[in-house]
Amino acid sequence: MSVIADKSALELHRATLANGLRVLVVPDPATPVVGVSVHVDVGFRSEPEGRTGFAHLFEHLMFQGSESLEKLEHFRQVQSAGGIFNGSTHQDYTDYFQVLPGAALERALFLESDRLRAPKLTVENLRNQVDVVKEEIRLNVHNRPYGGFPWILLPPVLYDTFPNAHNGYGDFSELEQASLDDAAAFFDTFYAPGNALVTVHGDLSEHGVDGTLALVERHFGDIPARPVPQRPSFAEPAPGAERRQTVADAHAPLPALALGYRVPDPAAEPDAYLAHAMLATVLADGEASRLQRRLVHGGADGAGLVTDVSASNGLMGGPFDARDPDTFTITAVHPAEVSADRVTAAVDEELDRLAEQGPGTEELERQTARWVAALHREDDRVMYRMLGLGARELLYGRAELAVELPGRLAALTGADVAAAAARLRSAGRAVLLVEPAAEPSGDGDA
Amino acid sequence: MSAARTHRSAEEIGRTERGPRPLPALGRTREVPLPDVLTETLPNGLTVLAARRPGVPLVETVLRIPAASPEPVADAARTAGTEVLAETILTGTAGRDRIGIDDALASVGGELGVAVDPEYLQAGGSALATGLPTVLDVLADVLTAATHSDVEVARERSRLAERIAVARAQPRTVAREALMRRRFGDHPIVSEMPTAEAVAAVTPGRVRELHADLVVPDGASLVLVGDIDPEAAIAEVARRLGGWTGDHPARWLSAPPVPQAGDLELVHRPGSVQSQLRLTAPGLDRTDERYTAFQLANLVFGGYFSSRWMENIREDKGYTYGAHSGQEFVPGGAVLGLDADVASDVTAAALLETRYELGRMVAVPPTEQEVTSARRYAIGSLLISLDSQSALAGTLSALHAAGLDVDWLRDRPRRLEAVTVDEVAAAATALFAPTRFTGVVVGDADVVGPPLAALGGVVRGGGR
Repeated sequence: MSVIADKSALELHRATLANGLRVLVVPDPATPVVGVSVHVDVGFRSEPEGRTGFAHLFEHLMFQGSESLEKLEHFRQVQSAGGIFNGSTHQDYTDYFQVLPGAALERALFLESDRLRAPKLTVENLRNQVDVVKEEIRLNVHNRPYGGFPWILLPPVLYDTFPNAHNGYGDFSELEQASLDDAAAFFDTFYAPGNALVTVHGDLSEHGVDGTLALVERHFGDIPARPVPQRPSFAEPAPGAERRQTVADAHAPLPALALGYRVPDPAAEPDAYLAHAMLATVLADGEASRLQRRLVHGGADGAGLVTDVSASNGLMGGPFDARDPDTFTITAVHPAEVSADRVTAAVDEELDRLAEQGPGTEELERQTARWVAALHREDDRVMYRMLGLGARELLYGRAELAVELPGRLAALTGADVAAAAARLRSAGRAVLLVEPAAEPSGDGDA
Repeated sequence: MSAARTHRSAEEIGRTERGPRPLPALGRTREVPLPDVLTETLPNGLTVLAARRPGVPLVETVLRIPAASPEPVADAARTAGTEVLAETILTGTAGRDRIGIDDALASVGGELGVAVDPEYLQAGGSALATGLPTVLDVLADVLTAATHSDVEVARERSRLAERIAVARAQPRTVAREALMRRRFGDHPIVSEMPTAEAVAAVTPGRVRELHADLVVPDGASLVLVGDIDPEAAIAEVARRLGGWTGDHPARWLSAPPVPQAGDLELVHRPGSVQSQLRLTAPGLDRTDERYTAFQLANLVFGGYFSSRWMENIREDKGYTYGAHSGQEFVPGGAVLGLDADVASDVTAAALLETRYELGRMVAVPPTEQEVTSARRYAIGSLLISLDSQSALAGTLSALHAAGLDVDWLRDRPRRLEAVTVDEVAAAATALFAPTRFTGVVVGDADVVGPPLAALGGVVRGGGR
């Protein structure tokens, strides 16, 4: 196909400062905006036992001021420079980012460096942000149907060890017990310059690549080096059999289920891993996909088995967003009259069929074209392209993965996808069932 | 301290020998790079807007058909019928079944979605730019020859009923419906989501009738943005969609009534652990001469993170994850809306602070520093927000529907620069006065009701 690797022209410039900080500069003269991100090599898999949710809580604290910037000043300075900002916590990394007009590049570097050097950690801010995080959790989990489904609910069924199984948003009681000293220890351990990566992508303004590298050196270079923590392996054996768990959901009107499987190590077997991403697409992306046809479209009476179905390789984002072990999920919401076993049996049959015959050549070509277009669409925003480059550089040392993704997906064969389906069928898995625990809510039209 | 220490204290971490550093200056912000937009109205009445925005080899497509109800009041049956129409339009035509439609789109990396609201039917999608002819072919096919077969209508009806149940379990949906009723009474604009009962009563025949009534080209617009040649793209549209006809022009929604100031309505949602605060007041249309000043006043109040309301109820008091104020445009004008989700036990406190901040917009108007920050944010975020094909296409489509074009957008930074602090203060006084607002609070009334009643200005809803 002729649609592949248009972005191979992206130039990737790398440097490492004397304090160990890694730097990635990727110019794009076609845009008037620039993105600056800091990826830190710590996610919720690394947080201490008894402190669930701490990595995410700490992400909030990093916005609360630093030596040169009073509380609220970080937000104000980004926004009054015309920029937007955010941060997010994943399994294996935490990112901080801003996108601004190119003219504000140096200001962005200043703001990011100041908090990486000397964040202002105070009890008052810690208590305030514990409250804010609790509201975030109420909003996204406790007060809505299917809150935390499946990313919080599925891992404890599929995994046994604390790093892989626990709730990355955190338990309220543990969040409330977090102390300022916990925060200081977390910062000194994980936010060492040698444990972080700065990415600059977009309009480098008059600075050019060399000028940008010099600016990064000027602002980040005098952060003293600290020891970089030894990252433990989070490996654990795949489940040998099916594991099942049921949870009650007070707000959900319909039952739902999630299937969780283990996937190949994305670093050691990138193409086998990617075959699972393609399998997810073949299963559930688009009206013509296998599970849409089988589970949603239904028979001659028009009755389908499920209301909605989706599949994805990776618990929180697209492909290559976490290190090993990572998770393949299939989720569905279904009417109460349809048993979960009917749904899982139909999924199993479709997986068996794919394992035996693989997808058709044209089917694979169509899904590849869709993947490639979707990746381009994501790349059409400086923010997402930057975050994709930075995450792959941090996790795998290969920002190129983001650029190569369309080509690698297009090179996959039907046999690769068949092998992925067979692999899912031959190993154990997690089955999570969400059951409505209603009291029919007072929200009806009665 | 003992030698066993493995890390510095929080205080040590927050200090360096060199001390605080000065903020570097900003350079000069570039102009918003907007392409020329070629516009042409075809003989059938469809207006096509096309712009070249390379960067990624894609084309973005937005079709917008005014599709309002001709009735003066909300009509549950019509809302349900148009929703089923939107859900079944991609499920088959005279020449293709739903798989055939999806396969054709997928072969050019395409996605297409159809949605309907009280004002418009919209079909939007993207595909590899080389696939534009295929996308237009599919679009023409579904617009002119969708069959809405009995089986597909039956299937989508039952699926819709389930999806509606899921949506209505979301507190934000409950709040949105209550707010729309509070604002606009029974004007058709309130009918954003059908009831399951009305959906169940929709017949295939009625869907086909509605298709003939709604899906007409005269008054519709099609925006194409991407790695395309605008002139060739418009010719392609004329070739493939020129045969689309209708026997009447598209239907525009009438202007809803202006929201009347008054008490907030408390809506009971048993077992809620949070409450949805939703306040509203009349806003300003883009063509109002105070619009730009109002936009800056809104940013200062609650339109971005560094706003008074957000800094108060999130960063100072921890009552909420987010508070946001902004406008929605409606026929004939606009409405200002304030939203925040807050814990049940601080609901009354959060409402008190919200009223306080509204009052402060009048009594302590935006300062020069606040206006400067809002102004720079408005200009910079405009630059960022238009930096993708999909965002540009969506913006052009919305502006065109409002009778504005790309020059209006091009001139935005200049207008933002020109607004004075006094004008922003005048807009703040006129538009954020607490006495202009009404709204709803959705929450567990057994928990939040007594303190809200004591605070005043909140009445218990009559149940829904």
